[in-house]
Amino acid sequence: MSEIVTFTLNGQEIKAPKGDLLIEVAKRAGIEIPAFCYYEGFSLQAACRMCLVEVEKMPKLQPGCTLPVGEGMVVHTESPKVVESRKSMLEFLLTNHPLDCPVCDKGGECELQDMTFRYGAGESRFTEIKYHENEKQWSPAVYYDPARCILCYRCVRVCDEGLGVGALGLTYRGVHAEITPSHGDHLQCDECGWCIDVCPVGALTSGTYRYKSRPWEMDHVGTICTHCSNGCKTTLSVRNGEIIRANNRDRSGINGEFLCVKGRFGFDFVHHPERLQSPLIRRDGQLVEASWKEALETVAAKFAEVRARGGKFGVIGSNRTTNEENYFLQKFARQGLGTASIDHHRTGDVPTLLDALSGKTGALATIGDLYTAKAALVIGSDLAQQHPLIAYQLRANFRHHQMPLYTVTRGPVREDQYSKRALRAEPGAEMEAVETLREDLAKHESLTIVFGDSVKGDALRRLVAFGDSLGTKVQYLCLVDYSNSRGAMDMGLLPELGPGYHAAESAGMNLDQMLDDASLDALWVVGANPLERRGLASEAAFVVVQELFLTETAQRADVVFPAASAYEKSGTVTNTCGEVQRLKAGPRIMGTKPDLEIMGLLAKEMGLNLGIWTNDKVFEEIRRTVRGYNVALPVVATGGAAPTMPVNGRVLAPASAELIRSDGDTLFTSGSLGRYSKMLSSVMEAPGRLYEEKPAK
Amino acid sequence: MTFSPELEARFEKMIGLYPPGRQKGALIPMLLYAQDETGRITDELIEEVSKRLSVNKVEVEEVLGYYTMLHREPRGRHHLQICTNVSCMLVGGEELWHHACHKLGIGNKQTTADGQFSLEEVECIGACSWAPAMIDNYDFHLRVTPESFDALIESLRQKQ
Repeated sequence: MSEIVTFTLNGQEIKAPKGDLLIEVAKRAGIEIPAFCYYEGFSLQAACRMCLVEVEKMPKLQPGCTLPVGEGMVVHTESPKVVESRKSMLEFLLTNHPLDCPVCDKGGECELQDMTFRYGAGESRFTEIKYHENEKQWSPAVYYDPARCILCYRCVRVCDEGLGVGALGLTYRGVHAEITPSHGDHLQCDECGWCIDVCPVGALTSGTYRYKSRPWEMDHVGTICTHCSNGCKTTLSVRNGEIIRANNRDRSGINGEFLCVKGRFGFDFVHHPERLQSPLIRRDGQLVEASWKEALETVAAKFAEVRARGGKFGVIGSNRTTNEENYFLQKFARQGLGTASIDHHRTGDVPTLLDALSGKTGALATIGDLYTAKAALVIGSDLAQQHPLIAYQLRANFRHHQMPLYTVTRGPVREDQYSKRALRAEPGAEMEAVETLREDLAKHESLTIVFGDSVKGDALRRLVAFGDSLGTKVQYLCLVDYSNSRGAMDMGLLPELGPGYHAAESAGMNLDQMLDDASLDALWVVGANPLERRGLASEAAFVVVQELFLTETAQRADVVFPAASAYEKSGTVTNTCGEVQRLKAGPRIMGTKPDLEIMGLLAKEMGLNLGIWTNDKVFEEIRRTVRGYNVALPVVATGGAAPTMPVNGRVLAPASAELIRSDGDTLFTSGSLGRYSKMLSSVMEAPGRLYEEKPAK
Repeated sequence: MTFSPELEARFEKMIGLYPPGRQKGALIPMLLYAQDETGRITDELIEEVSKRLSVNKVEVEEVLGYYTMLHREPRGRHHLQICTNVSCMLVGGEELWHHACHKLGIGNKQTTADGQFSLEEVECIGACSWAPAMIDNYDFHLRVTPESFDALIESLRQKQ
């Protein structure tokens, strides 16, 4: 523990660790020291001079953001001298700042506006004509208005330090000074838009939100991003049933304020004009719109008929639907349809990992653990492209704690910038390279190993054996692709394993076998697009698809149900670390239904008794029956991330490791869903490439 | 991008002067010397310098925007900088500036059609004791009068 000092803050005696910054200590004591440039977690700038405070016996006002507290200090944060200085600072900031608050995006949630309201002068002594520069578009996502900019450097720092991109800088001098993008007149970056979020004024605005709404006209719904598997909380701002903004400024969720381009801008698929809004039935070879009643009756009758004659079913679940839906789907398949042929697109070998870790506790890393890990090893993943939050966490850990990092990848990755050692190895051959790191890795107090889809089956068992032999505490993180890829496995969307990785009573066909079986009678696909990469062998198969869009698979369907996306429904999802989080419905899209409701109605139509199909009831059943899912309800209910208890015992891991393959999505792709996001496909970086990072910063 | 052997040797020496990890400090001198050789800061040069010093391109841009002695546009063979700051102004700096503009037929930050001369009005160049003062590339000219300015221009023209 560091030394504790006692000092006086606005007449109040305060104790704080020596060396803590005054601005942070004051915040903990409930006293706000206003600041524009100071941003928690990033380097100090002391550029805006808003945080000046009066410290007795110091000749001049001191910036609270860089002043460490010391024994016996007497500080005043609201003395007349301080208030007068703030007023002057604001007068300067407003010298050239346009007073276009009534149309500015930031109006109502602008820090400059708030500060002016509190400390600013009603009138300015500057009567000169304001210096003006016109607004610029840097990318489809980011616009910059130099006139509004107060040069706080927040955007520059989050881009450089937070993301390691460094696409923003500050150029020119004095009144002409402005933020400049990486490539002269445009940006080439991750397009994450964090710069827009942290901007205290309306200088940086976003392509999706600008001039669309007033901040107070929106409803804000905190839900989980549906794109990758990291499980970021994204707060959707909904106005008149339309999502127009997403961010996470309240820092709820495991990602704090971080979001990538998908979380912040990739929501627009929801309102894509090609969204399915009515059930479709194939008539004379054409898919035509039909009523829900007719579609449900058709499917129920067909399913009942196939079941009655002992026909072959194939059921393919989704990587994006909720745990409740996945659980209900496998229950429907196994109990209702009497088939064991249920699978999903597998993107990581979680069953083998759990089996290899059998008997160990605390061996699975959470997103939070990545920030506190003592050392980390990344194998076979371009994290900055594929798993942005994990990349961010590791980088933040390095920035704040100088965590040593090692990478073993098939090409250059951004993590190389700060890794202790970066090795290249072809997928599947990584273990040889990992072996050469043995001495380095064994030195660390503990180690977190993050690995992608190329480490599976025997290679994964070898990795765990390697970890065991290091003699240090090792945690693992098995990367998977989508928002609920992990949940799909946990809920038993596998032919060999039921919910909680219990061996299924009988094993059915896996995904490829279903597609290749020429005698398949019925195929039911929920939120997946398997026919994108593999044809369906059975020409006679009756295909039912629940989808958002008319994908390759939906085009082959006999009946298509229009499904609600993750942003339009409630339920829970499990991220790649096994943390359960709650979805909250934002907008509703007319004509669609959540997949759980579609399945429930189908069960009802077929006269099956599969239990009540509301989210809460199914989740209750999951908590009761699925191993590891007896998670703390208050944590989930209040929007937190509840880690599942890892299955502790042998798992009969499927031998078919070849079925495990990541889609290899970049920052700008997201399986078939990403194709329907205008923003993801319109940025110039799209579609992005893996392992392309330039080694030098 | 390659530079003359002399400049390459100079860069090598210069970069070695900074402690490990702080090579970034060589950015400004490197740009200045490279500019002398290439005539201006080109995109290619930015790329090269950022690569050699492992800095982001945008960091190079920051420096370019800040310092007026680094320039993206080509200048005349003789870049004439005339001080009009207080000391010079009091003893005829302003008049000298206007005379120069008139004589060369160009204004601030412009270049003559033959590419020989460019003009720039600058702040204090640290030669107040010998005001009014001006700089031709790296050479100082002191106590300059309109007449001595004309003579200077003539002699510079003669030299070619």
